Amino acid sequence: MAQGSVTRELDTFAKLLCEHARLRPNRPAMRHKDLGIWRTWDWSELAQTIRAYAAGLQQLGLERGATIAVIGANRPAMYWTILAAQWLGAIPVPVYADAVADEMAYVLDHADVAFAAVQDQEQVDKLISVQDRVPKLRTVLYDEPRGLRDYDHSRLHAIHDIIEQGRVRLAADGSAAAAIDTERDRGQASDISIILYTSGTTGRSKGVLLTAGGSIAAARDTVTFDKLTDRDEVLAYLPLAWVGDHYLNYAQSMVAGFCVACPESRETAEADTQEIGPSFYFAPPRVFETLLTRITIRMEDAGALKRGMFNYFIGVARRWGEKILDGEKVPLGARLGYSIGNLLVYAPLKNVLGFSRIRVAYTAGEAIGPDLFSFYRSLGLNLKQLYGQTEAFLYVTAQPDGQIRAGTVGPATPNVEIRIADDGEVLYRSPGQFVGYYKDAERTAETVTPEGYVKTGDAGFFDPDGHLTIIDRAKDVGKLSSGALFAPKYIENKLKFFPNIKEAVAFGQDRDFVTVMLNIDLTAVGNWAERKNIAYGSYQELAQRPEVYEMFTGHVAEVNRALAAEPRMAAAQIKRFLILHKELDADDGEMTRTQKVRRGFIAERYKPLVDALYNGSEASDISTEVTFEDGRKGIISARVRIAEAEVAQVAKLGVAA
Amino acid sequence: MNAPETLLAVDGVSLSFGGVKAITDVSFDIRKGEIRAIIGPNGAGKTSMLNVVNGFYHPQHGRITYKGKTRPRMRPYQAASQGIARTFQNVALFRGMSTLDNIMVGRTLKMHRGLLWQMLRYGPAMREEIEHRRVVEDIIDFLQIEAIRKTPVGKLPYGLQKRVELGRALAMEPELLLLDEPMAGMNIEEKEDMCRYILDLNKHFGTTIALIEHDMGVVMDLSDRVVVLEYGHKIADGTPEVVKADPKVIEAYLGVGH
Repeated sequence: MAQGSVTRELDTFAKLLCEHARLRPNRPAMRHKDLGIWRTWDWSELAQTIRAYAAGLQQLGLERGATIAVIGANRPAMYWTILAAQWLGAIPVPVYADAVADEMAYVLDHADVAFAAVQDQEQVDKLISVQDRVPKLRTVLYDEPRGLRDYDHSRLHAIHDIIEQGRVRLAADGSAAAAIDTERDRGQASDISIILYTSGTTGRSKGVLLTAGGSIAAARDTVTFDKLTDRDEVLAYLPLAWVGDHYLNYAQSMVAGFCVACPESRETAEADTQEIGPSFYFAPPRVFETLLTRITIRMEDAGALKRGMFNYFIGVARRWGEKILDGEKVPLGARLGYSIGNLLVYAPLKNVLGFSRIRVAYTAGEAIGPDLFSFYRSLGLNLKQLYGQTEAFLYVTAQPDGQIRAGTVGPATPNVEIRIADDGEVLYRSPGQFVGYYKDAERTAETVTPEGYVKTGDAGFFDPDGHLTIIDRAKDVGKLSSGALFAPKYIENKLKFFPNIKEAVAFGQDRDFVTVMLNIDLTAVGNWAERKNIAYGSYQELAQRPEVYEMFTGHVAEVNRALAAEPRMAAAQIKRFLILHKELDADDGEMTRTQKVRRGFIAERYKPLVDALYNGSEASDISTEVTFEDGRKGIISARVRIAEAEVAQVAKLGVAA
Repeated sequence: MNAPETLLAVDGVSLSFGGVKAITDVSFDIRKGEIRAIIGPNGAGKTSMLNVVNGFYHPQHGRITYKGKTRPRMRPYQAASQGIARTFQNVALFRGMSTLDNIMVGRTLKMHRGLLWQMLRYGPAMREEIEHRRVVEDIIDFLQIEAIRKTPVGKLPYGLQKRVELGRALAMEPELLLLDEPMAGMNIEEKEDMCRYILDLNKHFGTTIALIEHDMGVVMDLSDRVVVLEYGHKIADGTPEVVKADPKVIEAYLGVGH
């Protein structure tokens, strides 16, 4: 079928929509589960709805170039608002629905929105609570009427009513209908088609301006890259305001013409995935991890026969699955064993997860553990990694089918150019590249080089095959006193891939060698202790058990071996480590609310321990203040042992290069 | 405000089990469209009172007038078929059945096809089932329990079970809803949700609600009028402000003077 090739000269989303309505009027375009039933709109219905909605919005006064906020979950009405606004040449601004009122007020005010389309009463209330700070906002549209009956409706409208008004207007007034179509045809590639606000980890969020032409060009490249067609289907459960949803679900669907299914609610997304059986899927590593944990737990509770069968065939899959997936040559016996395994284990398992029909799946956002990654791949799930950014309109690199290396994020996607700066920072030029930050020329200038490359802020390097490895945020990459590269997060991630290690904090900036502090994972290590008959009375006691230290010594040695295998990282092997007596906690300021370790703060708070790591002593006393959940404070004192790590032989440079 | 219509009136009701007097000569009324709370210390006779109202207990003395009809006693199924639904202090659901099926049970009285038709799941029986399923789905939507539609209720946390139980009571499309400690054992968030549902029900669907509750904050915020029982006697009756200020109520709750 058509892979977007016929839609080549169409340069806005509204034009694409009408083209789909013409080419495939009866193919499903959108689904939504409501009151327990999947309702489907085909492309022709969708185009009519959007046309009517655009007419209604026009009557309300939404004009070309004006912004309209979209706040809600992945519901059809939210996507319709984006499309209808784009039809009129207005600019949709999706906002994270779970943003607190304060953050939301900032974005709405910064984006100069006069219109907002929101999901329900909760969001309407939020807007009312911040209306003083968003003086330009005058019209609010809502999707779910519940609870809004008694609200003042002078500036508040149901989306449904606006669509109906538009329909009536189009039917009654021929010139209005012609005007609406003219409005669509006025759209061009250089139009700003959306503003995506990036959740700023530092400072206020920035509004990334993307053009219609750029967005569509980028989506065309990846639709071709992954061979997506109008037979594909996705379940849209990623936040609307995140580039991932707007690209993977919205833009790719509008280019390829596939169906976007909207879940009943956020909580039901998993069950809905199973019902829909998407063929293209994206999830952050965390989701895959949670699913694997659940599978493991269920298999441990299963009967001996089932468990034995599962373990045996997972073994077969681990050995041969990825090779078969990558189309390599494997012996006939292995192929046969894998087919039986597929019949008995892999297919039923994938069915339970809703993964039966997946052709292409991606993960990104953070590093994924190699074991976790290959587990899913060995089941025959074509899981790949991509590296992208809002500013790039998503893809910078992606792994092509059959060329997967766990540690890397693949080569540059088609039409993307990548350069590595002298300090290791990754720079790129891409077709979907943003045109700037909204009302922030200064930060735009900081981010884009004079040659038009965008700075990612991430440090990375290419392997000999041209696959990119991202090691850390560029500003966090430091140097040991010897001048060797020290990428703390890279080391920490490698450690955290062990289920027994919950957190890791690496030190080494301007030091002679690298040391780490580790947190045990109480569930995993607790289970292990139970099986080994190791008695313990508290977290603190378990963490300091010699058996746990012994196990962790093994883990650290393994990480060192992995580091030694990479020429640029070999010098940053871990020499000494300790296991902390308490869990690092956001309440104590040791981690951010998004569960990232705050290295600097930890170094200060646990100074005696850091000193002990470097002065060669075997143990150190420490007392720290802790905050309990009810807000009371207490002191925890402990004697923490420090262990030496096994350092691996560095691979000979000749071999590695 | 026009004179509110009385939906249910309890007149001089006394109930005893052998020598134990559970309720002694209690009279009060519930007006159409109000939220009426029944409060009192442990053992004051609150649950017994609800049981009298929905016909589970038969009082030795007194009369109950419901929708203009006075009767000395009512049987539970009569109460149910005339629009009185209730939830229980200790959740009483079918633990092995899904949320959906539990709520569907609440539709039983409204289903008219015979067992045979229903077993065949064919023709009129199927149409009827679909119709009722739609009502149930509306309730599921109202209570925001889509995610647990197919989960056996025995596996659900307590707060959600309470919500499912409310759903089952709503499936009867009651005129009078009796809630026996709807917030017992809930955390603050669950309580807030439950309050929201109770208020929405009352405001938007006009359901009259009588509830027993121990959380005074909830009672005072939600109810239009409160009746206070102590040792089976009514000691106060009126708006939350009046009741709160009544010395007898304060005494009953703080236990002074005995």
